[in-house]
Amino acid sequence: MPGQKFGPAWFPGLIAVGLAICGALLIGSGMRQRRPWLAAPEWIRSPRARSGIGALLGGLVFYVLAADALGFHITAIVLLAVWIRLLGASWRVTLCVAVLATLVIHLSFYKLLRVPLPWGLLERWAF
Amino acid sequence: MGVLMSGVLAQAFWLVFDPYVLWVIFASAIFGLFVGAVPGLTATMATALLVPVTFFMPPVPAIASIVTATAMAIFAGDIPSCLLRMPGTPASAAYTDEAYALTKKGQGELALGAGLWFSILGGLFGTAVLIAAAPSLAEIALKFSSFEYFWLVVLGLASAVFLAIGNPLKGVVSLLLGLLIASQGLDNPAGFPRFTFGIAELAGGLTLIPIMIGMFAVSEILRSVSRIDQPWEMAQTKIGNVLHGMWGLTLRYPWQLLRGSAVGTAIGALPGAGADIAAWMSYAISKRFSKEPDKFGTGHIEGIIEAGASNNSALAGAWIPALVFGIPGDSITAIVIGVLYIKGLNPGPTIFMNNAPAIYAVFLVFILANLLMLPLGIAAIRAAKQMLRAPREVLLPVIVLFCIVGSFAINNSLFGVVLMLAFGVVGYFMEENGFPIAPAILGMVLGAMLEENFISSMIKADGRVLAFFERPIAGALGLLTIAVLTVPVLRRLLRS
Repeated sequence: MPGQKFGPAWFPGLIAVGLAICGALLIGSGMRQRRPWLAAPEWIRSPRARSGIGALLGGLVFYVLAADALGFHITAIVLLAVWIRLLGASWRVTLCVAVLATLVIHLSFYKLLRVPLPWGLLERWAF
Repeated sequence: MGVLMSGVLAQAFWLVFDPYVLWVIFASAIFGLFVGAVPGLTATMATALLVPVTFFMPPVPAIASIVTATAMAIFAGDIPSCLLRMPGTPASAAYTDEAYALTKKGQGELALGAGLWFSILGGLFGTAVLIAAAPSLAEIALKFSSFEYFWLVVLGLASAVFLAIGNPLKGVVSLLLGLLIASQGLDNPAGFPRFTFGIAELAGGLTLIPIMIGMFAVSEILRSVSRIDQPWEMAQTKIGNVLHGMWGLTLRYPWQLLRGSAVGTAIGALPGAGADIAAWMSYAISKRFSKEPDKFGTGHIEGIIEAGASNNSALAGAWIPALVFGIPGDSITAIVIGVLYIKGLNPGPTIFMNNAPAIYAVFLVFILANLLMLPLGIAAIRAAKQMLRAPREVLLPVIVLFCIVGSFAINNSLFGVVLMLAFGVVGYFMEENGFPIAPAILGMVLGAMLEENFISSMIKADGRVLAFFERPIAGALGLLTIAVLTVPVLRRLLRS
């Protein structure tokens, strides 16, 4: 901004210089160690961990995209069921926990704390 | 003054000994014990998950729930160390092998008892220092100008980088990333929108709570899911009266107890380093000065006493700079400072005048939480086998759902969930590659304060750098900061 010696660009600029220096130093020390540029983590070999991580990240993206349209309750039950089942619980446990946990959150956050969780498809039956 | 003080204390008593507040304290204690006892769930995560709930409470119960839950969690972290050879929270990692070795020798009861008893004593020590030091520090801090605050913030950020375990260069990168995130939005001295990219959600600046839920909870859950195939094997041990022999140990190792508590409180009070680093340092000190250092690692109680007292005392120590200067002493208080602002208890030296009853109520809660740890801790140790049998495949997804709702509830906006997801992934990759998270969090919390005090000091001094050293306290702080920054670098250069 004109007329100011230390404007709003000054501080982020300083950070950028710092990051550039540290980045260069890290690249330098990385080159000297001669290790591979990318290494897969160990869990990639476990099918249970792999599908769990994939479902977790995919599920969170799904929640962001679908929660308003489908509503919190449907999205939450579906996601919990997928996650719990993929991590290895039986169908009976999976369904019980998915419904119960959603109910508990409904009662505590929606009813008690009045967080406006979206109803989506269930708008007509909101309670 | 005495009359005024007793009036304030009476008010504080009323605030704490209220049925609702006591109920919150009790519920948070159970929550903290569970979160602490289950490996992969940490005290910082407990705090991040509590914030959306405390959002809807009056100030004193909100703060009380965090104080209680974290104190319980840091103790409970010792339980799986003894039984599973896995620390329940990172604060117990320093002596996990030692505790497990004791269990293998058939002394699990002793290890669990020492964890509980010396956690309580350490916690009470830290609390006493907090109560004594914070108000008198505040008297001095009342005279501070932007120069002193600038140096304090820089000193805090520097100590966060150098106290982190691992490569300090990666600590600096983490810190700079935090500062960069803090510079986003309108919260800068010029009130100029930065890095908003024309997106409405970015205009007001990023909300810190969803970011912290992401970095402390989601990233930790990702790590737990990646290790879901590792079985938890419980060591068999008989548990009777866990307090048996504790008085004898206290008399036998009084110096270890005092030294651990004092080091823990000090490390806690230094910004950026909390209970986990305190425990590592105290365990190392204990071994270094022990009469029987060769017994360490084979199931020797001495290090557990010192480090176990240390990590609980660090919790209270971290509140000293948080309350007096608004500079968090650890990751937990980094979250707490946000809660204090939301509740109108703005940290700073004047908090002891403007909100004295509430602050003394927080002190009382600290004492109460540590006393409550005795009965509840014994119960938790008895129930440990059941708690550790909680199925991870059910627990982890339910916690993720709580994270989603919590991130949403802060602004009632899905953007909170986006932030949580993004920073959960960032946090996971940072930790996996040796970049500590604490400096980034500290940078986010202190960025605005750093910039504001720097710019206003520069304007006052008209660009003269020497002005930063002209006031006595500012000059001393400045020299100390420069020493902290240069000594490690010089030592490294001399060694190589």
